[in-house]
Amino acid sequence: METLIQQILNGLVIGSVYALIALGYTMVYGILGLINFAHGDVLMVGALTALQTMMFLMGVAPGMSPIAMLTIALMVAIPVCMMIGFTMERLAYRRLRNAPRLAPLITAIGMSFLLQTLAMIIWGRNYHTFPQLISTTPMQPIEGVFVTPVQIFIIIASALIMIGLSLLVNKTRIGRAMRATAENHRVASLMGVDTNAVIAFTFVIGAALAAVAGVMFASNYGIAHYGMGFMPGLKAFTAAVLGGIGNLGGAMLGGIVLGLVESLGAGYIEHMTFGFLNSSYQDIFAFIILGLVLIFKPTGLLGERVSDRA
Amino acid sequence: MITLLEARNVGKRFGGLQALTDVSLTIRKGEVYGLIGPNGAGKTTFFNVLTGAYIPDGGEFVFNGSELPSGKPHKIVGRGIARTFQNIRLFRDLTALENVMAGHHIRTKAGLWGILTQNRFTREEERLTTERAYEMLKYVGIERFAQTVSKNLSYGDQRRLEIARALATEPQLLALDEPAAGMNATETAQLKVLIEQIRHDGVTVMLIEHDVKLVMGLCDRVAVLDFGRKIAEDVPAEVQRNEAVINAYLGGGKHAA
Repeated sequence: METLIQQILNGLVIGSVYALIALGYTMVYGILGLINFAHGDVLMVGALTALQTMMFLMGVAPGMSPIAMLTIALMVAIPVCMMIGFTMERLAYRRLRNAPRLAPLITAIGMSFLLQTLAMIIWGRNYHTFPQLISTTPMQPIEGVFVTPVQIFIIIASALIMIGLSLLVNKTRIGRAMRATAENHRVASLMGVDTNAVIAFTFVIGAALAAVAGVMFASNYGIAHYGMGFMPGLKAFTAAVLGGIGNLGGAMLGGIVLGLVESLGAGYIEHMTFGFLNSSYQDIFAFIILGLVLIFKPTGLLGERVSDRA
Repeated sequence: MITLLEARNVGKRFGGLQALTDVSLTIRKGEVYGLIGPNGAGKTTFFNVLTGAYIPDGGEFVFNGSELPSGKPHKIVGRGIARTFQNIRLFRDLTALENVMAGHHIRTKAGLWGILTQNRFTREEERLTTERAYEMLKYVGIERFAQTVSKNLSYGDQRRLEIARALATEPQLLALDEPAAGMNATETAQLKVLIEQIRHDGVTVMLIEHDVKLVMGLCDRVAVLDFGRKIAEDVPAEVQRNEAVINAYLGGGKHAA
């Protein structure tokens, strides 16, 4: 019983991070029909920028409170990632907007390599210890179930961000323009929406979410390096497909479900295979899910956003 | 009469097809101007070039005394030209109200900062946008469907919603692409009243239409396109007698009609 509760809790934590990343994938897909495979690497840049900022702050102001330090690190990492998102769209994807679908997809993979290589040049190839500014001392709310303050922080922060994003998309002027552009960008521009600006905005918001997710991810595992974006990026893509790509609610649901499945799977895989596989095989669950979804319900749990193009 | 829009020698080619050849026409402020012609004559292409959906190969549009930018649809909307589509193109998953509010986008300013802080300006602007959108829905007579997702509206109401969305951009020139297509006699009669009301409220209307009765009853002047060329431009009664027009429509020889 303790294992079950513990794994559900772990699943919620990692699922919230997947959900934040998946939102970036799904927003861009919804508006452009593009899978931005460099999205996971934006997360990596976010985490490493935050790390760099923290190192700097520890150097100049060692007595600073951890919360202030984390806030400043985020305030640096978020704009840096936003700029990367903006630049990627402006320099690479915009030119390919009317190209066959394969061209932007391959460009996205190229962008991913580019970001990883740049990060490797800047931060080296080593694993860096990510300062755990929020306490990771486990608490025991229930006998035998452990939860750390950083995990609680991740769940609450993700929930708030997701609520904020839903409000932004559904209740505001720019959100309306985003939804109009997602349905049909030609018609949206003929109705007075500056679709280039809307698309750039979508990339920027997605990148900001990735920055936050990157800091959460690194804080949770206490480690950061240039290749760290690959796996969560791929998992979040799976989550987006699972929920129904292009669908914001789907990305949130998909992220949480994937986190839960993965975590429960990791917790019970030894029992299920009679000790043949152990929890280090937890990554297979994400890809089993991806395979099953693509075979049996390609539109995902909540349905893909299929809009007719002009 | 003040000139609102002047098209000068507009041309558009698609591969081997010359869709528009040296089309020049003048629309005066306050009139209802009809654009007619057989299928494939280039009427919708003219709309697409005018509204920036296509970039013309030659010629220019002068609107309110200055040239329109080509290939920048949202800027042209900003200058005061709005349109509807021959085959309805609403934002299908948005509600009727949201469709109209999206049309008002270009007249509003709230940026990211305002939206995040929800300052007074942003809230006031959003309130006015909502209020105006309701007014527009009421104007075209579908305010009771404000919260209906637009793909679930009836065909006639979707057409009305498209007009409301176009009007929400606060145009000086409203370009309607076959607004009566697929409508029954009653709906067409209501549409005629609506278009007259729009003109009465100070918006110049340009109209592509196949319903000859509607065009002749509504338009002050009519231009006829045939194979991408303008073959006539006059008051409806004269156009109806024009030999070139009759030939274009009936495909007859020189002595037909």
